[in-house]
Amino acid sequence: MGDDFVTLTESQKRARRSRSVAIALALFAMVIIFYAATIAKFGHGFLDRAM
Amino acid sequence: MAIARKNALDHPGLPVSEATAADYFALLKPRVMSLVVFTAFVGLVAAPVTINPLMAIIAIAAIAIGAGAAGALNMWYDADIDILMARTASRPIPQGRIEPRQALAFGLVLAVLSVLTLGVLVNWLSAAMLAFTIFFYAVIYTMWLKRLTPQNIVIGGAAGAFPPMIGWAAAMGSISVESFLLFLIIFLWTPPHFWALALYKSGEYGRAGIPMMPNVAGPASTRRQIFTYALIVALVGVLPFALGYVGELYGAAAAVLGTGFVIASASVLAAPRDDPSMKAEKSLFGFSILYLFGIFAAYLADAVLQRAIVAIGG
Repeated sequence: MGDDFVTLTESQKRARRSRSVAIALALFAMVIIFYAATIAKFGHGFLDRAM
Repeated sequence: MAIARKNALDHPGLPVSEATAADYFALLKPRVMSLVVFTAFVGLVAAPVTINPLMAIIAIAAIAIGAGAAGALNMWYDADIDILMARTASRPIPQGRIEPRQALAFGLVLAVLSVLTLGVLVNWLSAAMLAFTIFFYAVIYTMWLKRLTPQNIVIGGAAGAFPPMIGWAAAMGSISVESFLLFLIIFLWTPPHFWALALYKSGEYGRAGIPMMPNVAGPASTRRQIFTYALIVALVGVLPFALGYVGELYGAAAAVLGTGFVIASASVLAAPRDDPSMKAEKSLFGFSILYLFGIFAAYLADAVLQRAIVAIGG
């Protein structure tokens, strides 16, 4: 079974980690941007409307 | 782990990606992006309206990412010729660090995200213009014109000229003569800028089979056309002042920079034909970058100054 798995080299691990960190940062930035933009456009009052 | 096992069995020897985040960032053409960010910012700030600073940052970021997406799509399509030129051979796809289909997916995702973000959070006119710019650069220029005609960068230059109009549209929700003049300056600046480069890189473009002007019409004709465009750019550069949209600060800067551009182009026109160093062409290429940054910096400074005068006076 051991042969069935892909064993990443050190440089592949480093590259994957680099991509993962970049994706995490990009997603975090998008969440912050959309949250801040929503507040900026509609103000805090948008939370008070009737559901 | 099941996915890893399946892949390994289905594709023995399949290389696992060694592409780093920096490789993907390189797909965005960061140097081109810096010019896009700067010119879009000038368009946005020059607009006679106050925009929420957060919305301004979002607009500039979306425009920058949209431009980057267009760059990634360009690198995806041009990978076959990029490997033939020293200037582009070190890009991530020719180097084998990123597969073409990964670059395509990356470019398409960023294009959709940037346009939707600009549309939802800023306004749909600027988003539509950004979408058209990405389409124009990736499809009209890269896929159609670049390998077809020596007028490739003349027409394709429109893609690089749109950002200040998009910045203006993001702030105003409309387009205007002022923003069109900013478009026109970059549009007319593009041919002499790229043809100066093409003159001293004509061997590389020739090997790649790209019909740049020096390879098709010859260096002498290209030098004459560079000079003609430089004259037109110099005149159009002072138009915003002549029409009263900006003040003397910009007018003086545009006149000085325009004169310098014409002199640098005249040096190319008069350069010895057998000069292997291509000193005049390289100087013009360098000066053309300085010209564009300078003229837009002057436009920005003038707009900020006029606003400060109005604020103090008011």
